[in-house]
Amino acid sequence: MENLLEIKGLSKTFTLHNLGKHIRAVSGIEIDVKEGEFVGITGKSGSGKSTVLKCIYGTYRLEEGSILYDSKRFGPVDLARVSETEMLYLRKHEIGYVSQFLNVMPRTTARQLVKQAILEMGNDECVADQETVKILTHFELSEELWDSYPATFSGGEKLRLNIARAMVKKPRLLLLDEPTASLDQESKLKVKVLIQQLMEEGTTMLGIFHDLEFMNNLCNKEYKMERGSFSLQGS
Amino acid sequence: MNGLEEPVLSVRNLNKQFGPGCPYCQQTQSTKMIKNYCQVCGTVYACKDVSFEVYPGEVLGIVGESGSGKSTLMQCLYFDQDVTRGEAYISTYQNGERNLFQESAQAKRYIRNHMMGKVYQNPMLGLRMNFSSIGNIAEKLIAAGNRQVGMMEERGTELLNKVNIPVHRRKEAPKNFSGGMQQRVQIAKALSNHPPLLLLDEVTTGLDLSVQASVLDLIKSLQRELGISIVLVSHDLGVIRMLADRTLVMLEGKVIEQGLTDQILEDPQAKYTQQLVHSLL
Repeated sequence: MENLLEIKGLSKTFTLHNLGKHIRAVSGIEIDVKEGEFVGITGKSGSGKSTVLKCIYGTYRLEEGSILYDSKRFGPVDLARVSETEMLYLRKHEIGYVSQFLNVMPRTTARQLVKQAILEMGNDECVADQETVKILTHFELSEELWDSYPATFSGGEKLRLNIARAMVKKPRLLLLDEPTASLDQESKLKVKVLIQQLMEEGTTMLGIFHDLEFMNNLCNKEYKMERGSFSLQGS
Repeated sequence: MNGLEEPVLSVRNLNKQFGPGCPYCQQTQSTKMIKNYCQVCGTVYACKDVSFEVYPGEVLGIVGESGSGKSTLMQCLYFDQDVTRGEAYISTYQNGERNLFQESAQAKRYIRNHMMGKVYQNPMLGLRMNFSSIGNIAEKLIAAGNRQVGMMEERGTELLNKVNIPVHRRKEAPKNFSGGMQQRVQIAKALSNHPPLLLLDEVTTGLDLSVQASVLDLIKSLQRELGISIVLVSHDLGVIRMLADRTLVMLEGKVIEQGLTDQILEDPQAKYTQQLVHSLL
């Protein structure tokens, strides 16, 4: 496969039985992402940006179209048609997802969260302990927070932890769902630096950002969404 | 495209009916059925063609309304009930080649004692309330073939410690304990024989929130440390969200939907599942 990710003719309709409604969220979406690229998606709220990312991550099940992904483990696969166990494997090892919301086990400390992610990658306890400290320092999470619960963190701290947790897995493809929404300027800059570092390390990223300034100088390619369909804005 | 792990447990077309069935309700499109109850002969079809797999180290959630057949399914898997029809295979028993439901009573006991642990919603079913807590654990260990008292005492103490029952209360009977403690003794008992498969039936129902939290944390940490596979029945979507990797939705004895837990919660397909998810507070 030439591209790491190739989306063809993706459509998603939500059927709400109780209200007797069909809602067409997106249709005819085509995206190509090459390895090592950073591709941005922009568009108004409600234009279907998150729907696209959730279809890739497998949270939404789609009825039309295909999402070809060149997996390290399985070779080229259609993410819309992989089995549940394969999707779980890919999420664990190859595809990361970061949103502005931190979805974690309650009553788990920041340190345990990161360590757990490292352990899942097959490292042993000792390595995991050392790596955890390295990562938490790298993401500038102050030391007094390491052993407290993320529920008590500020938005920016949660986000950095969120990215940190996705990063330790060194995903080949990272999906960013408006991670910088609701952050102040300073925190945004910190996130931008992190993203740049990831780019240098060769992580392929597909991200939604509201704020166009943020996207500037970052994207290789930009798609604009309007009412559930796409146009390429050039690079 | 494989090389992924083989399932620990495979269940195929499990059927369980209470009652003899009659020509009316055995038709596929019977008009005499109210949900899964036959008006003519009074037969209840508790599980209809339930099939699923459980993979190593994963938590499989089962949700559904009361009466949808969740507990019956768990009872069948633990041989508390005989199935009407169906197959189940455990990878650690005879290379996963023998249908467990057709094995002899003795073999079933062996499987249950060596390869499974179960925690019931009602501790009265899972524990002997008048025995000491450590005695309850020893009972399972003896059933699994242990005979050394010293070893069993050591293992029992270790387990109770793990589930946070104070060591000095290990000789006390569970009837003196609170609901949360009783559940934790049940979990210790279920884990005592190192089972590859743990069946949890509504383990947190009826416990207050903080106790629920401690039981859930315990389950999660045990699953992490020991890598056991868990089938978790609950009607609490919060519990499912927190613990389950994949989820089945049951209604009137059938599996109407299955998927990754976030799929079920964020993109439910069936009418009932949508109703269930939208009822979340």
